[in-house]
Amino acid sequence: MTTNGSGPAGAILPDAPPKDGTAPIVELRGAGKAYGNIRALHGVSLAVHPGQVTCVLGDNGAGKSTLIKIISGLHQHTEGEFLVDGAPVRFSTPREALDKGIATVYQDLATVPLMPVWRNFFLGSEMTKGPWPIQRLDIDRMKKTADQELRNMGIVLDDLDQPIGTLSGGQRQSVAIARAVYFGARVLILDEPTAALGVKQSGVVLKYIAAARDRGLGVIFITHNPHHAYMVGDHFSVLRLGTMELSAARSEVSLEELTNHMAGGAELAALKHELAQVRGVDVDELPEAEDLKAPAAATPEGTS
Amino acid sequence: MSMAQQAEPAVTTPPAPGPKETDGRTAQRSLTLRLLARPEVGVFLGAVAVFVFFLIAAPSVRSGSSMATVLYQSSTIGIMALPVALLMIGGEFDLSAGVAVITSALTASMISYQLTMNVWVGVIVALIVSLAVGAFNGWMMVRTGLPSFLVTLGTFLILQGVNLAVTKLITGNVATDDISTMDGFDQAKKVFASSFDVGGVQVKITIVWWLVFAAIATWVLLRTKYGNWIFAVGGNQDSARAVGVPVTFTKITLFMMVGFGAWFIGMHQLFSFNTVQSGEGVGQELIYIAAAVIGGCLLTGGYGSAIGPVFGAFMFGMVNQGIVYAGWNPDWFKAFLGVMLLGATLINLWVRRAATRR
Repeated sequence: MTTNGSGPAGAILPDAPPKDGTAPIVELRGAGKAYGNIRALHGVSLAVHPGQVTCVLGDNGAGKSTLIKIISGLHQHTEGEFLVDGAPVRFSTPREALDKGIATVYQDLATVPLMPVWRNFFLGSEMTKGPWPIQRLDIDRMKKTADQELRNMGIVLDDLDQPIGTLSGGQRQSVAIARAVYFGARVLILDEPTAALGVKQSGVVLKYIAAARDRGLGVIFITHNPHHAYMVGDHFSVLRLGTMELSAARSEVSLEELTNHMAGGAELAALKHELAQVRGVDVDELPEAEDLKAPAAATPEGTS
Repeated sequence: MSMAQQAEPAVTTPPAPGPKETDGRTAQRSLTLRLLARPEVGVFLGAVAVFVFFLIAAPSVRSGSSMATVLYQSSTIGIMALPVALLMIGGEFDLSAGVAVITSALTASMISYQLTMNVWVGVIVALIVSLAVGAFNGWMMVRTGLPSFLVTLGTFLILQGVNLAVTKLITGNVATDDISTMDGFDQAKKVFASSFDVGGVQVKITIVWWLVFAAIATWVLLRTKYGNWIFAVGGNQDSARAVGVPVTFTKITLFMMVGFGAWFIGMHQLFSFNTVQSGEGVGQELIYIAAAVIGGCLLTGGYGSAIGPVFGAFMFGMVNQGIVYAGWNPDWFKAFLGVMLLGATLINLWVRRAATRR
């Protein structure tokens, strides 16, 4: 099952070859990032293919944020390789990543709350008309396009002039996704889009992820919810303490295994024994360490 | 596009795409509420109230020449309040704006007089110096990540000291020498400090400049890319950067615009009075900031207009001159201003809450 895809933490894992044989748009080979003497990420390999959802799972502090910051151009990697369309790159600003078609939808900083929906939609890539110095915003065209694009994604808003801060969290995420899709993103990075959302709103966002995938985009879906990941994911990578613990295609891993890995696998098994000594806690349903095939417990480095 | 949602309709039930479809959960807000949501409405009502009050309390305000004086007073504050307001919408302050005006005037005056050159040389050098001060403020803030309050407080103190010390060093006096006989003075005075006749009333040219600048600022703010960026960097700098807005460029140019305003008002003062007192300008920066805040700009950035500060500056001019015309002790001016500032901010807050509630 997962044996071919997982190795000791810290090792560089070979990524599963793409099912349909298309070349990856974005690829990391043994990439890592150190902030001074703190190694936030080490030996991570990841490939994003068009029309596929690559899920990156991990607990808080596992290195998920560092990973997306490297891909989206906010930070630079300090080891390994980062390739876009097979050519090594090193972005110094998010603008460069955007120009390569890599768009990121951040969990909390996707929008400017006090600005109207349509201004947010086109922020940073405004449509203009007329020559300089009387070059001005083409407001009618922007409003019309924004409305059309949002409807194409199934988002219907009454008033595009309302501040985007008055929308619900799911709607805001959806607007941000629609924006990225419209601006020709080939790779969409979603940073925990469902983390702050309710059940129904999460469903809305997952649907847009599927819609983006069906449009042929490569999606990197960062989450710590294995259930959400398993609904849309084609490939799963689990990060733990800055290294890759699991990298497996959908056919190679079950939701249960994914959940166990995500939950800290062996650590959870150890916790089970501790909990067993506390009266009233039913531990029979929890997995034993040997049930988990990932040899993560044998990690030679990391914490205790 | 809608393949996915048709394939799994059970996930959610969004309305199918269609041109006439509406969400149906939000009622159309009434026209009154939508009008009140504009940032300049509160200050407009305030300005009208102050205007009517002085029309009644001080009958001499009603003459055309008094109005011209009121507007002139307003314009000297208003021209600076505009870039200060844009900067505030962009999320920053400039405490050095008051003394920067004097720095600019001193530069122009001393360059022309000491080097015995055409005053236009001084005017151009002063423009470069003013823009450089603005660029320095912006660059320091962006590079160090310090709050603009601290950076410009530093610039404020530096300029205040330099103004006095350099003037004394060069002229041996606290004021610059009279430049009214220099080459080009009359020409420059026409541009910066002349007046013209409208139906028997002498109208200062700064009023025209003020309204022209306000129109340009409004157009830039609401109709250009750059204006969009100003709102974005003030509203959420990290979001703006992440979607590709050039945050550094926007902030530095905003500070340079304040520099431009300081240069313009500095030139006006120089060519109105022929000499410059090197110790002046302290405290003016707070007047500009107050005019912008009264004008509906959010102190924390991301919200405001260019029209609001026009009315804000008008309120200042009206109160300033109105007290004189009403025959009251002018010492009350600042107290009146304080009350006005608090009142306007509270009204703005209340209006914004009432109008954006859904």
